[in-house]
Amino acid sequence: MMDQISWIAVFPEVVLLVMACVIALVDLRPQGPLRSLTFTFTMATLAAVAALEGFYASTGLTLYGFGNMVVADTMAGWLKCFATVAVMVTLVYGRPYSASRDMLRGGELFTLGMFALLGMFIMISGNNFLVIYMGLELLTLSSYALVALRRDHESAVEAAMKYFVLGAMASGFLLYGMSMMYGATGSLDINAVFKAIVSGQVRHQVLVFGLVFIVAGLAFKLGVVPFHMWIPDVYQGAPTAVTLMIGGAPKLAAFAITMRLLVEGMLPLAIDWQQMLMVLAIASLFLGNLAAIAQTNLKRMLAFSTIAQMGFVLIGLMSGVVNGNTISAANAYSSSMFYVITYVMTTLAAFGVIMLLAREGFESEEISDFAGLNQRSPLYAGVMAACLFSMAGIPPMVGFYAKLSVLQALIASGEPLNLGVAIFAVMMSLVGAFYYLRVVKVMYFDDPITASRVIASSGVRLVLGVNGALVLVLGIFPAGLMALSAQSILQMLGT
Amino acid sequence: MGLLSLAIWMPIAFGVVLLALGRDDQAPAVRWFALVGAIASFLVTLPLYAGFQLGTAEMQFVENASWIQRFNVNYHLGVDGISFWFVLLTAFINVVVVIAGWEVITRKVNQYMAAFLILSGLMIGVFSALDGLLFYVFFEATLIPMYLIIGIWGGPNKIYAAFKFFLYTLLGSLLTLVALIYLYIQSGGNFDIAAWHALPLTRVEQTGLFFAFFAAFAVKVPMWPVHTWLPDVHVEAPTGGSAVLAAIMLKLGAYGFLRFSLPIAPDAAHEWAGLMITLSLIAVVYVGLVALVQQDMKKLVAYSSVAHMGFVTLGFFIFIDLGVAGGVVQMIAHGFVSAAMFLSIGVLYDRVHSREISSYGGVVNTMPKFAAFSLLFAMANCGLPGTAGFVGEWMVILAAVKFNFWIGFAAASALIFGAAYTLWMFKRVYLGPVANDHVKELSDINAREFLMLALLAAAVLYMGVNPKPFTDVMDASVAELLRHVAVSKLN
Repeated sequence: MMDQISWIAVFPEVVLLVMACVIALVDLRPQGPLRSLTFTFTMATLAAVAALEGFYASTGLTLYGFGNMVVADTMAGWLKCFATVAVMVTLVYGRPYSASRDMLRGGELFTLGMFALLGMFIMISGNNFLVIYMGLELLTLSSYALVALRRDHESAVEAAMKYFVLGAMASGFLLYGMSMMYGATGSLDINAVFKAIVSGQVRHQVLVFGLVFIVAGLAFKLGVVPFHMWIPDVYQGAPTAVTLMIGGAPKLAAFAITMRLLVEGMLPLAIDWQQMLMVLAIASLFLGNLAAIAQTNLKRMLAFSTIAQMGFVLIGLMSGVVNGNTISAANAYSSSMFYVITYVMTTLAAFGVIMLLAREGFESEEISDFAGLNQRSPLYAGVMAACLFSMAGIPPMVGFYAKLSVLQALIASGEPLNLGVAIFAVMMSLVGAFYYLRVVKVMYFDDPITASRVIASSGVRLVLGVNGALVLVLGIFPAGLMALSAQSILQMLGT
Repeated sequence: MGLLSLAIWMPIAFGVVLLALGRDDQAPAVRWFALVGAIASFLVTLPLYAGFQLGTAEMQFVENASWIQRFNVNYHLGVDGISFWFVLLTAFINVVVVIAGWEVITRKVNQYMAAFLILSGLMIGVFSALDGLLFYVFFEATLIPMYLIIGIWGGPNKIYAAFKFFLYTLLGSLLTLVALIYLYIQSGGNFDIAAWHALPLTRVEQTGLFFAFFAAFAVKVPMWPVHTWLPDVHVEAPTGGSAVLAAIMLKLGAYGFLRFSLPIAPDAAHEWAGLMITLSLIAVVYVGLVALVQQDMKKLVAYSSVAHMGFVTLGFFIFIDLGVAGGVVQMIAHGFVSAAMFLSIGVLYDRVHSREISSYGGVVNTMPKFAAFSLLFAMANCGLPGTAGFVGEWMVILAAVKFNFWIGFAAASALIFGAAYTLWMFKRVYLGPVANDHVKELSDINAREFLMLALLAAAVLYMGVNPKPFTDVMDASVAELLRHVAVSKLN
């Protein structure tokens, strides 16, 4: 029976789905090169959805719908709200870029973007293995198509192919792990799986076997070593607007399914998956940071930096349960949530600047293309520098508080091994500081190759300015976002 | 808004306005605006002097507001006798530096001035933060403007210097971050420095914390053997950058020892005092000798800075009132003197574009007024009585002799090296016949340079003749610190 609560729980998803279809039809009307009509409709829809999700989150209610298939809790509300805003910002930055690359002959960027967002919504709210999986597939299928949007461009097509093959494999891993779990516990429902594991009636080996595949699948989606191979190629090969579509908002969804599957579903197995995450985290910090040094292509460098940053997210996730005690779990997971949110915000601004500098027939993605940016446009150089310092974890940028939070969670676990991991992590962030600083150096210390001014519409200028300012302002006033993360996780763990 | 907040945020606000509105084609307006900002920021620190209560070790001008509830971090400010003078010193040096960069900087003037204004606010923040995380945020944030100052307006090898500066100091402070988090957890979720002072810690914990703090503060001071970044950076940094670096930034490290290392890990501090004294003496004696053979004026002054800061750490780790107070006085004096030395070199560099000692000779013939100032600063640098340089060194040497005659003897020998390298440089650069055409064409300092050097000269002389206001302020706090450090935290 379909009760009303169910419909309320998924109301934003329904709005998004209906409007995505409507906009696909609206898009048939002839429009100018920037597809203003489609864009306006998309923005209006997304703004409404974001407001709706923000409202849901602020009520603090937890709604279950469709026989426990989906859940709308505070964490879901905020993550969906931020994901929507991230997609909006991506589209604002990406529209002029795409138009000058012949990617706006149809409105696919917008409609596929909305379907991808819908996939993220379903992932974030999924409370059932299959629902989560379907959300994931909706997101990734839309993403494959988005990467190939520039179909006459060799590297984009190659990236799409790589992304598709590896993504399909990852989905296979995840699905295989889920089926093992289903076989062992007899349920696809996350809460039921949790109860079955707690009951102790299920053989541990089978559970861990399934768990390994689930963690591997999640690692693919988060993009951590050794499942990171697709990240550099896809980041570099995809048109930058699409890179941002993949590298921005979906990180929030990947974090959400990690929380749903590992924490809500398998917290009793924490001792097993925490060890796995530790290995992944250490490998990601090491390889991501070292490989980033060697890059000359900024997008590729940021791809490796993403891998390292996700290593930090895992550090928070692996610190929740100490000796079977979950007292510090909320602290640890909310620090990861804060990390992901701030990371996405920073990434948006960084790629925004990259897109802004790209002109017709010229991709500004080599680090050397940023030479002397400070002399051409102090504003954009400042935004980029704020992002880079933030990713390097230098206060007063917001990235510092993210690193502080996860390290604090790690050290709070009180184990000497974790103290060692913390010192390793800060040393790796020193390595990270080197390559971030190198980009700052190119922008500020080198002379520009071209003296041409950077042209941007006032809308892009405004959004980028606000986005960059937030990286700094949230660094000076991080309390609100931290409290929001903590409250979301507390509520999730409480139910 | 409290006085300390005003002292921190006023220069930063001026800096932000400059960044936002300043344009390259309005350089004169930008300079005047920056000067107004710097002077105003200095003026707001003066009521601190008027209102400072002597004879108490309590924190004064305290401001406390919740900042990040989740981690129990507070925007907690206050100064005691140890930190008080550095607030004024920072604001004062900032005015001088803005004047120093007046005509010299022609590229991106607004960013240059803004960087110094913001840097000044951040450094005042470091000296007045009473919350561990707030301290760290200010401490680290200073790296960004300094990195840009070196990298944008520096010399030919500026990129190497900027990276060395940033990464070297970041390496140290990241370990300190781990230490701060550890203390936060051990103290039951508290970033309050005063609470950490009272926190009982085991011997192993104290040792770990002591060396984690050492990593950040020793690099910043810098102590031998982690001083190697300083000469490289000084040589490449623009004159103003060198002046601020030597005058204020090095003091952040020394201040950290007093605020963190000693009171939080007193037993470890006592246990490792021998090592610290040894390193300090090596800095004083060996680095003094290294300074003697430098060909480059800026390098020479940089090594002399390391030697002088060796006195500071030496004074701290003999745990005698006179030594600690002497260390702090030496920090203030070195702030005036080193800034003056670097600005003097800048005056010459702006005219001849060489820092080599051998490019000069007989400057006194063409620039008599300037040479008079330089002589005063050189005398202060070798610690002549009646100048600022004398007071701190004398106090530290007295304390060292009380503690152990041979340590005092070694420290005192440094006065000879100090006189040797400074006066020898002075002789080669200023005295004798005019060495070459460049020197022949030199014009004496203009009104702006005169003003800048006169301000510093006045400070150097005043502090040398009348050090009492400086020591009076710190006496109670130093005594309280030593009382605290004398009590073991072990059972």
